[in-house]
Amino acid sequence: MKKILATQLKKRLTGVISLTLVAGLLLTGCGAAQTSQPAATTSSGNTSGNTIKVGILHSLSGTMAISEVSVKDAEMMAIDEINAAGGVLGKKIEPVVEDGASDWPTFAEKAKKLLQQDKVATVFGCWTSASRKAVLPVFEENNGLLWYPVQYEGMESSPNIFYTGAAPNQQIVPAVEWLFKNKGKKFFLLGSDYVFPRTANKIIKAQLKDLGGEVVDEEYTPLGFTDYSTIINKIKATKPDVVFNTLNGDSNVAFFKQLKDAGITSKDLTTLSVSVAEEEVRGIGAANMAGQLVSWNYYQTTDTPENKEFVKKYQAKYGADRVTDDPIEAGYDAVYLWAAAVKKAGSTDVDKVRQAAKGIEFQAPEGQVKIEGENQHLWKTVRIGEVAADGSIKEIWSTGKAVKPDPYLKSYPWAKGLSN
Amino acid sequence: MTEANDRNSQFDFRRLIKSKELLVFAFLILLLVFAPLFLSIFRINLLGKFIAYAILAIGLDLIWGFTGILSLGHGVFFGLGAYCMAMYLKLEAAQGKLPDFMSWSGLESLPWFWKPFTNSALAFAMAILIPTGLAFVIGFFTFKNRIRGVYFSILSQALAIIFSVLFVGQQAYTGGTNGLTNYRSIMGFSLSSDTTKLILYYISLALLVVTYLFCNFLVKRRIGRILVAIRDGENRVRFSGYNPATYKIFVYCLSAAIAGLAGAVFVPQVGIISPAEMGIVPSIEMVIWVAIGGRGTLIGAVIGAILVNALKSGISDSFPDVWSYFIGLAFVLVVLLMPQGIVGLVKEMARKFKQTPNHTEHLSTDKAA
Repeated sequence: MKKILATQLKKRLTGVISLTLVAGLLLTGCGAAQTSQPAATTSSGNTSGNTIKVGILHSLSGTMAISEVSVKDAEMMAIDEINAAGGVLGKKIEPVVEDGASDWPTFAEKAKKLLQQDKVATVFGCWTSASRKAVLPVFEENNGLLWYPVQYEGMESSPNIFYTGAAPNQQIVPAVEWLFKNKGKKFFLLGSDYVFPRTANKIIKAQLKDLGGEVVDEEYTPLGFTDYSTIINKIKATKPDVVFNTLNGDSNVAFFKQLKDAGITSKDLTTLSVSVAEEEVRGIGAANMAGQLVSWNYYQTTDTPENKEFVKKYQAKYGADRVTDDPIEAGYDAVYLWAAAVKKAGSTDVDKVRQAAKGIEFQAPEGQVKIEGENQHLWKTVRIGEVAADGSIKEIWSTGKAVKPDPYLKSYPWAKGLSN
Repeated sequence: MTEANDRNSQFDFRRLIKSKELLVFAFLILLLVFAPLFLSIFRINLLGKFIAYAILAIGLDLIWGFTGILSLGHGVFFGLGAYCMAMYLKLEAAQGKLPDFMSWSGLESLPWFWKPFTNSALAFAMAILIPTGLAFVIGFFTFKNRIRGVYFSILSQALAIIFSVLFVGQQAYTGGTNGLTNYRSIMGFSLSSDTTKLILYYISLALLVVTYLFCNFLVKRRIGRILVAIRDGENRVRFSGYNPATYKIFVYCLSAAIAGLAGAVFVPQVGIISPAEMGIVPSIEMVIWVAIGGRGTLIGAVIGAILVNALKSGISDSFPDVWSYFIGLAFVLVVLLMPQGIVGLVKEMARKFKQTPNHTEHLSTDKAA
């Protein structure tokens, strides 16, 4: 009897699954039908209809989701604000959100989908250099437009990408100079093993050679690595004045915790990180990082009227416990800069927008930013900050004015031969 | 003896014609052949990727569904095949210069093992030979030593970790986490042109047909029976005078070769390969395609790979925030309640449909099963 019941139940459940699967297929079909409609009107940068479609391509699942979701939120907020103020060219902006799933081939697939299927006017997205490198050929082939919001290693300037995060000369180079003047000559370079830390350290070594500093050691650990006892022993043995930290992701949590457990605080050793912002400090724990230094273009505490407004709106929309940080702000700026360029061009056509974008200025939360026409990066103010006990970051030094972006470090004689 | 063989093959041939499975496959291929008439080139490109996955699934089904060896490291073979092809594409894009990632990782000249990959034919051959060779070495030491069941699965999973860590770590030689991307052309044809994409699609489709027919031929022969026998009772096979290890090594190598082929088909259409694709998660996903489609039937593997990936891609397009929950739920339910996969379910339904009028017969077959 029981068995019969069980088989009946099983039959019914099998029915349910088949239904779910069929429903899934139907839903997909609907989605596909929806998205294929605009594909019928084939003009690049489709402006027909009452909306302008833009793509948002970030990792909403996987390891990078923790960082990228908040950037997506900022971009959506900017779109909502612009729409509330009447949109651009009299049309509302309609975001098409896609999930890159922390997987580089998925980024490439979704970028293709946004450009070829949805015919979006532009895309805001990516975080890791790997994801940017994965979508770059897609944007170049399809003549699309990508706004990339994160500081990166430079040595790149695609005509199809606008870089709203820092180039190396707007984050790493000034930080090294400041540390050399104020903290000492002996540097220990620590980074995750991928393109950004490798390239950043190549730049730092060339710069230190020119300044007359010394690199006592250079260590790389795989992404996601969590055992830093050996490295900490090496730091103890080599006695550097500064640890320049280009670790990314979870590794920072392990490194700073183990550094504190080893009895080394910011009083004994200066560390400066370039991939740790307010969002990451929350994960590491403010107590583990208090007094350590970071280098960015924007902090939640940056004192401008625009920033007060920005933080207020962001927290009102997404919760008072949320923090803002540099990439979040750069993502927000990107939407406004694009909208300004479209207004100036009078069209969403990629080539026209690219032309119009040159020299556009925006009063951003971080202060005035301007698009440099020559390399499509932003003029940005550089700020060195110190992590406070409550997890906020306090600015201790800044360039005071926006610095011209120089992704290939052409204006530095010592950087010759770095970009080949 | 020869007469018996002849009779056997004739019998097989007739069965092949009659086989419903083959009919379904022919219908599926027909659909795929005419798909470019209805779908945009973007969708075709995507479908080409799913076809690469389907090729891999056939190989995986051969070793898991038929022989009962659960390999959780097939991403490695897929990845190796893909990297071989990617090295060729990267060198062609670099046009005699050093590939970009090598110069930023501090290499001065092309490493020796990259040099042969300037030749497209050799690269393609390597995409199949390297995975086969690796499978032979691993298969030889494990199967000869009678390592099987869950121990083999764990071993194959370790293989996936080792290779993804190795490829991430050797950035100067492999491109690290970024993987290899930014190709321009294949044998002189621009990869961004729609015609090239269409040709690549049809090539993958042709390779799927060839792989399917070859494996179908194989499993219908005596060797196929032996593989199934190994799955159902390895000791009995051994006592009957066969050496299961030889057959297992063979099927592992074949399945790795097919995975390598799939990787080589994948790369020019997707435009990137990274170490993440050869890790544990994708390797397990591959097993899931076969499980959902229906293991032990080649058509099930093909259907599973295409359907699951189409669903994944489609649902994540339409519901980017929640798609992973939906897919996860579907996986759990299918594995729990459809142990024989979609093909198994269809067979079951067909059988019930035929037999409902005769209740007693239904019961008796149930008992027999």
